[in-house]
Order: sequence, then structure tokens, then C-alpha cells
Amino acid sequence: MSALQIQIANKSFHNPQRQICTIRNLQLEVAANQFVCLVGPSGCGKTTLLNIVAGLDTQFAGKVSIANQERTPHIGYVFQNPRLLPWRTVRENIELVFDNRIATQLIDELLTSLQLTEVQHSYPERLSLGMQRRVAIIRAFAINPDILLMDEPFVSLDAPSARQIRNALRELWQQRPHTVLFVSHDLREAIALADRLIFLSASPMQIVADIAVNIAPQLRNDSNAIEAFRDHLLLDYPAINRLL
Amino acid sequence: MSSRLLQHPQSLALLSLLAFSGLWHLLAILLHSNSLPSPLTVAAVLWQAILSGELPYHLGATLLRLIVSFTIAMLLGCAIGIALGRHKTLDGFFDNWLVIFLNIPALVTIILCYVWLGLEESAAILAVVINKLPNVIVTIREGTRSLNRDLQEMAQCYRFSRSKTLRHLIWPQLHPFVMAATRSGLALIWKIILVVELLGRSNGMGYQLHLFFQLFDVASLLAYTVAFITVIQLIEWLILKPIDRKALQWRR
Repeated sequence: MSALQIQIANKSFHNPQRQICTIRNLQLEVAANQFVCLVGPSGCGKTTLLNIVAGLDTQFAGKVSIANQERTPHIGYVFQNPRLLPWRTVRENIELVFDNRIATQLIDELLTSLQLTEVQHSYPERLSLGMQRRVAIIRAFAINPDILLMDEPFVSLDAPSARQIRNALRELWQQRPHTVLFVSHDLREAIALADRLIFLSASPMQIVADIAVNIAPQLRNDSNAIEAFRDHLLLDYPAINRLL
Repeated sequence: MSSRLLQHPQSLALLSLLAFSGLWHLLAILLHSNSLPSPLTVAAVLWQAILSGELPYHLGATLLRLIVSFTIAMLLGCAIGIALGRHKTLDGFFDNWLVIFLNIPALVTIILCYVWLGLEESAAILAVVINKLPNVIVTIREGTRSLNRDLQEMAQCYRFSRSKTLRHLIWPQLHPFVMAATRSGLALIWKIILVVELLGRSNGMGYQLHLFFQLFDVASLLAYTVAFITVIQLIEWLILKPIDRKALQWRR
């Protein structure tokens, strides 16, 4: 059974002048521990889709089911801006997502692997944006989520920082596999991270292509391998060019 | 040397207070009238009133009323303000009520409370609360409207409980508004309490001031005023400032 099933018949926004349809007839199944990248033009409704999966947006026709027999599913969400509580320290921000038993050891390990142990008692506003993003990633991993949603978490970072966090995320995910839905508009980033690429059209959003990425883990940091895959992809699916 | 002394905020404050007293003293000497006693006379009267126990008694009565009515107004005002800030329909309905209550003169509420409930302590407290409440509601409602929606979504996604959301998300954002309501509230409430006491109580600062007015005892009047201002300043320095410092240490 798949970890995540999305069936959206229709999702529209009402505004005084007219009704705008953002998503129509979207069906998507994600296998357990699969890393899926959603790639599409900006404004096509990717964030809306993540909000629907997260249960933040319930105004739509359709159904989302996240598999978990034992408990209500945990959802980790790394938003586009880090959304940390500025009046709580890094560590407090992470600990707040736990209901009763705080997984202290897990938090320590995650802080170590993303190199944040030294700043764990600082307030978020004293950290760089890249560090704040890493804290948000730790917060999402810490609850051991059934589904991990990430909405362009590396946007507006300089290229070296983005690459550094991207590699760290990939490593983290290899050590602790989770089902991931990752939104991006950067095809190279998507190829470096994902097992599966899903290309989405502009509004109303529909799936244009669904492509498996079979690059070996050790080649994920290799820009030549990423570039070669990208060239092949654009040759095989010329339609994708219009979406980027 | 002197410029270095002036850079120190505490010595600057002390200097300004001394200058104020000096000016007052000079004016009192020039006028040489019973209606403006010198600061030294006032200090002597103040010391006598403290020793006799009269001032502590009346000041205590007023402070007790201040604490009770302030606490009720703040708790009620925060609850109603948050409710109105979160629910549009509720806000639309009660907005007119707020405007009405904001614009009733304090004196009218006080007289009405005494007429309807009698010259009782409860009537006095109620009158003060009714005067202060709309201000608190409006300030807290503004704060609630400006709550960050992004953080709210984050809390919803990570299933924060109601108490956790209130404590870690809403309260820190409302804190500046609550402090603003507290500061303006203290200033407003104690002025209203004096009127309440003047009109219908047999103790407290307002009652005493009324007495001094009838006796044309300006020195006592000023002595009580000095005592009260000192108490309010102490509240600011010893309670409000430390709370601010602690709550805002996260700011850059």
C-alpha cells in the first residue's frame, strides 16, 4: 500500500470577480520512503497542493489519505520561510513539536548532523537564513513524520549554502528514510535529490510527466551526472522546457 | 567630568528631578503664598502623614482598589479582545457596543453605578472596570488581528495543543499589546479611582483629597500626590520594566 494517496477533483479559489481553478483531476500515489520532487512553474499551485496534504487547506473536492494504522499521521512541513518562533531558542523550537516525550537523543543527533549543536540555545533571529532553514528541517524530521512536505526550502540562499544544505538533506534522508514531497522549480536541485520527478503544468495544475531518477547515491553530489541526466531528460521530453 | 556624569542615565534623571524641585522651591519663595508651599514643607507634611499612619491607610485602600479593578479589567479585556480579534461576526456585532462604552464619560458611569448599586465597594470597582475595559479590549483586539498567520499554520500542522498555542504562539505576540494596555491602564485607572472615591467612598486618596480641598490644605494635597506618583513609578521600575526585559531578550 502506498504511503500517500492524493485525489483532487477540483480546487478553486473564489475571488469577487471570478472563480480561479488551480487544480483539476490530480491523482498521485507515493510509495513509502520515496523522495518525490514536484517541479512546475511558479504560481501553478504547488504550495496549495502541499497545504492540502498538510490539512491546512480543506476547501477542495477530493481526498488525501496518509497511511498509518497506529496513530493519526504525523506531518513534517518545511515551509518556504522557516517559520520558527523568534522568542524561543533553536532547541525550544524543535522540542515544542513533541506532545509529551521529547526525543532528546534524536534531537541531539539531528543537531549534530546538520552542524547546529553550537547554536542550539540561540534565538533564531541571530542565525543566518541558511541556519534557520536547517532548524526547520530538523524540526520536521524530529517528529518522525509519516510524510515530509518541503516547499522550496532552499530558495533565496546563495548557491554554496543551498548546495551544502541540499547535500546534508540528502544524507539525512538516506540515514532516516521518509516519504517526501518536495516542491522545487530548480530542475538540477530536483534531480540531485529525488527518486521521482513529477512535472506539473500551469493552472489548472495537471501532471505532465512522471519520471524516475535512477542516479546512484554516490553520484548525487556529482554535477556532471546531474547535468547529463538533465540533458537527456530535456531531449526525451521537450514539453518540460516550457515548464521551467 | 560633568559631561561624563550627564551620560549616565540615572544621574541625568536625578539631575532633572533636582532641577524640578529647585524651580518649584524658587517659585514658592517668590510667590510666598499658602497656595504654593515649598517642596520642603511638602516633604515635612508627607513625613508626618506617613508616621501618623494616615497616608499608608488611604494609599493602601486606593492601591487595593487599583489592583482589584485592574486585574478584572485586564483579564476580561484580554479574553474579550482575543475573541473579537479572532471572530469577524462577533466583532461586527459588538463593535458598536465598544464605541458606545468608549465614549461614555467616566463620570457618568461612576454616578450610574452608585445610583443603581448604592454607595458600595462593588459599585466603585464596577465603575472603574467599565471605564477601563473598552480600552483593553480595543488594544488586545488590534494585537489579535495582527497575529502571524504563518506561525498559526505551522502550529496547526504540528498539532500544537490549545494551551501550547496560547502560551508559545499567541502570548508572546500579544505581549507588547498587553504591556501597552497595562501602562495606559494604570495611568487611567488611578485617576478614575480618585473620582470614584471622592464621590462615594469614606477612605482612599480621593476621599482625602476632597477633605484637603475643603480645608484648602495644599501642602497635604501635594504630599499625597507625590506619594502616589512615587508608588506608580515604583510599579514601573520594579515590575513592568523587568517583565519587559525578560520577555524581549530574544530581540536582536
